[in-house]
Amino acid sequence: MKKRGERPIESLLFFSAFLALIILSLIFLFLVSEALPIFWLISPLDFLLGREWMPASFTEPSYGILPLILGTFLVVVTAIVIAVPIGIACAIYLSEVADNRLKELLKPLLEILAGIPSVVYGFIALVFLSGIVHTIFNTTYRLNALNGGLILALMIMPTIITISEDAINSVPREFKEASLAMGATRWETIRIITLPAAKSGITVGVMLGLGRAVGETMAVMMATGNSPLVTFDIFRSIQTMTATIAIEMGEVVFGSPHYHALFAVGLILFLITFAINLIADVAISRLGVRRR
Amino acid sequence: MKRKKFTENVFFNTFKILTFIVVSIAISLILFIIGNGIPVLSLDFLINPPINGMMAGGISSAIAGTLMLMILTVIFSLPLGIGAAIFLSEYTEKVDSRIIRIIRLAINNLAGVPSIVYGLLGLGLFVLFLQLKFSILSASLTLSFLTLPVIIAASEEALKNVPMEYREASLALGASKLETIKNIVLPSAIPGILTACILGLSRAAGETAPLLMTGAAYYLPEFTGNIFKQFMALSTHIFFMATQSPNPEATRPIQYGTVTVLLVLVLSMNMLAIILRSYYRRRLK
Repeated sequence: MKKRGERPIESLLFFSAFLALIILSLIFLFLVSEALPIFWLISPLDFLLGREWMPASFTEPSYGILPLILGTFLVVVTAIVIAVPIGIACAIYLSEVADNRLKELLKPLLEILAGIPSVVYGFIALVFLSGIVHTIFNTTYRLNALNGGLILALMIMPTIITISEDAINSVPREFKEASLAMGATRWETIRIITLPAAKSGITVGVMLGLGRAVGETMAVMMATGNSPLVTFDIFRSIQTMTATIAIEMGEVVFGSPHYHALFAVGLILFLITFAINLIADVAISRLGVRRR
Repeated sequence: MKRKKFTENVFFNTFKILTFIVVSIAISLILFIIGNGIPVLSLDFLINPPINGMMAGGISSAIAGTLMLMILTVIFSLPLGIGAAIFLSEYTEKVDSRIIRIIRLAINNLAGVPSIVYGLLGLGLFVLFLQLKFSILSASLTLSFLTLPVIIAASEEALKNVPMEYREASLALGASKLETIKNIVLPSAIPGILTACILGLSRAAGETAPLLMTGAAYYLPEFTGNIFKQFMALSTHIFFMATQSPNPEATRPIQYGTVTVLLVLVLSMNMLAIILRSYYRRRLK
C-alpha cells in the first residue's frame, strides 16, 4: 500500500543510486573538455609518443608524455611482478593450509594493512625503504623506480590476497574432495583443481591490484624522485603520470597549455583504469554465472 | 608417494614463510613509524599550531582541518550512500534490470577511479566551475564523491544482512514498503550503517592527492573553521614537510609525530569497523 508523500522519497532514493552514473559521466566530461585544447597545439600522436616532457619551459615548452607513461609502466610492472606471485602464495596458504585460528588473526591484519593511507606508505618509502634499496643495490639515485615498485607491491598485496583468498575459498568443496578421493595429494589438488577453478576470482584480484597500482599517486611520488626520463632502468629516478599531475597542478596557470596537458594526462589515466575495471567486471560477472 | 609428500611440504612451507614475511614486514613498518613518533607526541604537540615556518611547534591546525574534512565529507556522502544502498537492495525488482546493471557498473568503476582523477574533477567542477575556490568545502565535496562507493558497498551489505522475515512481517501487518524500510530495515541495519560511516571517515582522513588540488595549504597556522577558506590537513602536512620544506631532515621528528597521529586515527577507525562488522554478522545469523 503506497501512502501519500512516498513517491518523492522513492525518487530521491533512485536519484542517489543514479548519482554514481552522473559522477562517472561528470569525470569523463570534465576530463575531455579540459584536455581537448592541448590537442589544438599538438597532435595526439606527438603527445603520446613525444620523448620530452618540459611543459614549464619558457622558450620551447614540449608536451611529450612518453617518459611519464614509461615511468608508470616501470613501477607498475615491478609491483605486479613482486606482488602477484607472493599474493597468490599467501592466499593459498591462508585458505588451504593455515588453521582457522591463525587465519582469523591474519585476515583482519591484512585488512588493516589495506587501510594505511598512501601518504604513510610514501613516507616509509622516502625515509626508510629508500635507504635499504640504496644499500643493497648501491644505486646512484636514492629515490628510484625500484623503490616505488617495492612500496607499491606492498600496497596492492592486501587487495590481491583478500580477493584471491575469497576466490579459492568459494571453489565448491566437492571439487576438492573428489580430487583427494582419487588419490591426489593436497598440493596436486590445489594446482590441478582449485587454482584453475578459482581463476576468474584471482583475475579480479590481480586486476583491482593493477588498477590501484596505476592510479596510486602519493606513494610513488614520494618514492621515485620524479624526473621524467625515457628509460627502462629501474635504478634511475622516474616520474609517473599520477605524480606529474599532483606536483605540477599546484604551479600551473589555469587555462594555459600546461593546464590542459595535465588534464589530458588525467584523461589517459582514467581511460586506462576504466579499461582495467571493465575487465575485472567481466571476470566478476563470469564468476556469478558459474556459481549459479 | 613419499616424493609427492616432499614436494607438497616444500610448497606449503614456502607459502607459509612468504605469508609470515609479508605480515612481519607490515607489522614492523607500523612499529617503526609509531616507535619513532611516540617520543614526539605530547599534549603540546597536539594542541599547538606549527610555528617558525613549520620548523617547530605542533600540528593542531592540521588536526582540526582533517577532522573538519572528515565530518563534512560524511555529511555529504552518508545520506546519498545510504539512499543508493536502500534503492539497490530494496527496489531493484521495480526497475528495469538493465538500469540496475548500469548503476552497479558505474559504482564499481567509481571505486577504481584513481584519487588524483577525483582531484581533477574537484578542481574543474567545484574550484573553478562552481567558483567555490580552494576551500574546505571544495575538498570535502570532492572527497564525498570519492568515498561514495565505499559507503554504498558497506551500507548495502548492512541492509542485505537484515533477514527477509522482518520485512515480510512488517508488510503483512499493512505497513507500506517505505514504512517497512524506515521502521524495520534501517533500525536493524544500524551497526552496519555505522560501519559504513566509519569507513567513510577513515577514507577521508587518509586521502592526500585530491586535497593538493582542491585547497590544502602549505602553511596556515591559524585554523579558521571557515569552510570557504583553505586549510591544513594531517596527510598533506606529512607530504609538504617531508618533500617540499626547506630542510626536511631537520623536521623529521615532527613528521614522525604527524604520521603517527594520522596512522593511529585511521587504523583505530578501521579496527572499530572490523569489530562492528563481525559483531553484526554474528548477531543476525
